[in-house]
Amino acid sequence: MRKIIKKMFWAWEFEKEEKWLNEMSTKGLALVGYSWCRYSFEECEPGEYTNKIQLLEHRPNHPESEQYIRFMEETGAEQVASYMNWVYFRKKTAEGPFELFSDIESKMNHLILVKKLLLPIAVLNLWIFLMNAVNFALNYPSGIWIPFINLACAALILFGVNRIQKKINALKKERTIRE
Amino acid sequence: MENIALTEAVFYILLSLEKPLHGYGIMQNAEKLSNGRVKLAAGTLYGAINTLLEKGWITSVPGESGDRKKQYVITESGKSAVLAELSRLRELVENGEKLTGGWNK
Repeated sequence: MRKIIKKMFWAWEFEKEEKWLNEMSTKGLALVGYSWCRYSFEECEPGEYTNKIQLLEHRPNHPESEQYIRFMEETGAEQVASYMNWVYFRKKTAEGPFELFSDIESKMNHLILVKKLLLPIAVLNLWIFLMNAVNFALNYPSGIWIPFINLACAALILFGVNRIQKKINALKKERTIRE
Repeated sequence: MENIALTEAVFYILLSLEKPLHGYGIMQNAEKLSNGRVKLAAGTLYGAINTLLEKGWITSVPGESGDRKKQYVITESGKSAVLAELSRLRELVENGEKLTGGWNK
């Protein structure tokens, strides 16, 4: 029987999202689908699967992504869902620990990709804020609060970028002494 | 030949490819060779394989018919990279052992 759970994670919280999905698996619910804030689960043996989430450079149906996903499948993982460039993988827990990256370099590259996804959206919101602020101030002073919605969006996303950047910096530091 | 240390993942990938192997085979082989210590994650392995293909240190070989999995094998330049790395490692081990002789209680 399918169970739908509505829940929201910010893009910079993908590790928290993985943890939550793995907790659901422990409770006997395996992720089988995802669309905007909507997780579909099917029953499984408690702890049957371990989940991992990865942001790809291209859409999942891009040839390069398809090649990568096929490679993942050869190693015993499977794709259970995707959303934009995000792919949800799972692997049977019995087959051993499931990690996507085993060195600092590739962990860093993944985080940099997440940052590159967020940063332009923050900049865009800032830009819209500036343009609208001028426009509203000159023409519609009573609605001057409206542009601040974009400023709030930009601030929120920059907060996320900062979280990711901190993780990147920690890895960068670690990389100066080990692989 | 560059003088730069190979990553552990690359070293074990190259060591695994004397005979053609596919990605999962490389993961298993690296784990076996290192007595379970080295667990190459698929994403890291995939990135390393692509870079090694670009550098020409490994090459992909057509798998048996009906087998869609890509297989890889080491090339001559891949072998000389391993040999260069081995002599670098030998130097590290020699110096390490020479200078830490009194460290073990």
